[in-house]
Amino acid sequence: MPKHRQGKGWTQLYLRKLRNRTVQGWIGQSLILLVVGLAIAYFGTNLVQNLQRLQIPFGFDFLFTKSGPSIGETLIEYSDTDSIAWAFGVALLNTLRVVLLGILWATLVGVLVGMARLSDNWLVKKLATVYVETLRNFPLLLQLLFWYLAVFLKFPSFENRIQLPGPIYLSKNGVAFPWLQPNSATMIWLITLGLGGAVSLWLWRFLIRQQIEQGTANKPWLWPLLLLTGLCGLAALTTQQPPFWITRPQVIENLVVEGGIQFTSEFSALLLGLTLYTAAFIAEIVRAGIMAVAKGQWDAAQALGLKPAFVMRFVVFPQALRVIVPPLTSQYLNLAKNSSLAVAIGYPDIYYVASASLESTGRSVEIVVVLMAVYLTMSLIIATLMNLYNRSIQLVER
Amino acid sequence: MSLTQPNRPSPPSWKSALTWLRRNLFSTWYNSVLTLVSLWVVYQGGRGLLVWMFSQAQWTVVQVNIRLFLVGRFPVDQLWRVWLVVLMMAAVTSLTAGILQSSRRGLMGVGLVTAGAVGLVPLFKGQSSDIIWVLAIGSMALVNLGLGPMLKARLPSQRLSRGMVTLWVLALLSLLWLLLGGWGFSPISTQQWQGLLLTVLTAVISMGLSFPLGVLLALGRRSPLPVIRTLCIVYIEVIRGLPLIGILFVAGIMLPLILPSHIQLDDLVRAICGLTLFSAAYLAENVRGGLQAVPQGQIEAAKALGLPPLLVVWLVILPQALRSVIPTIVGQCIGLFKDTSLLYIISLVELTRISRTVINQPRFIGRYAEVYLFIGLIYWLVCYLISVGGRHLERQLGVE
Repeated sequence: MPKHRQGKGWTQLYLRKLRNRTVQGWIGQSLILLVVGLAIAYFGTNLVQNLQRLQIPFGFDFLFTKSGPSIGETLIEYSDTDSIAWAFGVALLNTLRVVLLGILWATLVGVLVGMARLSDNWLVKKLATVYVETLRNFPLLLQLLFWYLAVFLKFPSFENRIQLPGPIYLSKNGVAFPWLQPNSATMIWLITLGLGGAVSLWLWRFLIRQQIEQGTANKPWLWPLLLLTGLCGLAALTTQQPPFWITRPQVIENLVVEGGIQFTSEFSALLLGLTLYTAAFIAEIVRAGIMAVAKGQWDAAQALGLKPAFVMRFVVFPQALRVIVPPLTSQYLNLAKNSSLAVAIGYPDIYYVASASLESTGRSVEIVVVLMAVYLTMSLIIATLMNLYNRSIQLVER
Repeated sequence: MSLTQPNRPSPPSWKSALTWLRRNLFSTWYNSVLTLVSLWVVYQGGRGLLVWMFSQAQWTVVQVNIRLFLVGRFPVDQLWRVWLVVLMMAAVTSLTAGILQSSRRGLMGVGLVTAGAVGLVPLFKGQSSDIIWVLAIGSMALVNLGLGPMLKARLPSQRLSRGMVTLWVLALLSLLWLLLGGWGFSPISTQQWQGLLLTVLTAVISMGLSFPLGVLLALGRRSPLPVIRTLCIVYIEVIRGLPLIGILFVAGIMLPLILPSHIQLDDLVRAICGLTLFSAAYLAENVRGGLQAVPQGQIEAAKALGLPPLLVVWLVILPQALRSVIPTIVGQCIGLFKDTSLLYIISLVELTRISRTVINQPRFIGRYAEVYLFIGLIYWLVCYLISVGGRHLERQLGVE
């Protein structure tokens, strides 16, 4: 190396520092930060200028003006003289209703179909495969439009409704079917069953653990079941009432339905579409999870003399669950996000109401912020809950 | 295995059929019940479907409107440009397929599909020029499938791959030129791109654009530099927490607001921006999975050879990472193709939207089921083709 490049002038030191990886990294990062900051500033100033040019004010106080959009279907009291914020709340409840029911049903149907795909019955297996392959490869939006326009709206008008045993009424207006109605004893029943259920569950698990440890067959379901039956009997004796009355939908003067529970066509189509679509994906996840359990585990469990149901319950399923839960979480998240497609069939969910109030107020920035906050919060809650559950079923390594 | 087992004749076929039935359908009592119930379901469902398809459904709505479904209101006198684009794409794709893997089955498949398509033309009341186009496309594909292996044998692989890349770029550029017009052709506005044409174009363009962005985001998320990592994580997680129509909504409404007022963005450009931003976040997560699967030893070996960090990523990490996530990327392509149906909500006239226009024709009011089943079939077919292509690619690149 030539002599002059080994000098210790500060430029040389400085240059040598520059060649250092970490220093390079920091310089690169500050440059990127600068670029991102400049971009945000640029877009921000454009936004402010555009809003000024279009004379759109900024601020969230419009949420409290009493001119909400009209909403066809509400779970709680609402009229369009209420505030926009209240309209958002009502719409959020609508979204939550379809998301929670959808998750519940999609899980049930998905697990059933996933098991069916592994069934040793050839016909059942093929049927399940056809179900999964068909539903997964059509766009969800198309399915929703199909269910809504080609199925639910093709039902006869309410005067000529279809009556199924129950009674279940099917018509253009939607579905009405019997439901439970709480009575004066419901609280007592709930408390009894809740406490009794918790105690029995604990007892059952304790007895099962005992059975596993001692290797004796001591019928772990017997005592918990007796306890629960006893508590139910006690509750029935003291309150002299069942936990719920069943109300049946009744048609009054061929015009309105009272009693029971009624789903509108929009809600039914959305719930059905979301459930069937997500269930197809969940079925594949369940199948993959069960197949991921090593074959030796099945063989070993059977060699120990466990009954087939026990092999599934105690050996295969707990291991499959570890594979199933992470992708299941993302399916739940997808379902929650896909519920926004409600707007295409006119079910007033949060997205629908947001775009309706955008049309009436023109406050795009604020509404986008609210919408993003709602969906991000919902995703975050689902992900957190599922991650907690995931952690609880992980393998505890010694 | 005993060697002394006598050569017994195989059991009569009805007996083995019975055994099969007993083993697969009636092994236990609950299996028998299940079988009977499923048989009943198949019978009822199948009968209902067949009766509906052949006696109640009126398929003229599809027959009459096939052009609307495929290209929407693309100017009729300019339709040859769409045909030419299809021909060009068929040529390039089949040449690539022929070079990658040529099989007699592929040739036969293309021949059968062409014959079927020719048969479909009169069914949909097409003209003789349509038949000529279909035949030209089919024979072009056949010739190129045959040409591929010959080229592969003659040319050195590096020149071949460089040539193919150039060919693809040229084909895509001339596609845009043909469809947009200008420079000698009469201009066509993007609002006249409709139907399946629009669906396919948006899907392809958004996927193409989101691919580099997604890879960069994935690399950024695994970067040791905290600022870059945090930015990437925030981007990916925020986008993944939002529904696609929310993002399309933001792209449609916020993009014009955050750009200077003299820039006017086309509706289609906004939609493609939204789809790209959305798809890139998901792609980044998929690619990250592949990056994590590259053994540390590969990276250390590359470093030990003295490769600079960028080349380590480009030559060693990315090829292995991308190859291992081909199945998930194919899945994502299918997802993106299905997701283009959401452009319906922001009023772009793609396949699902144009079907709405068709149903609103006074002659065909209420023909929802026929139309939705038909376009469902189109979606299903394209998804199927993507997954078949993906499987071939996987086999070709030696993914286990």
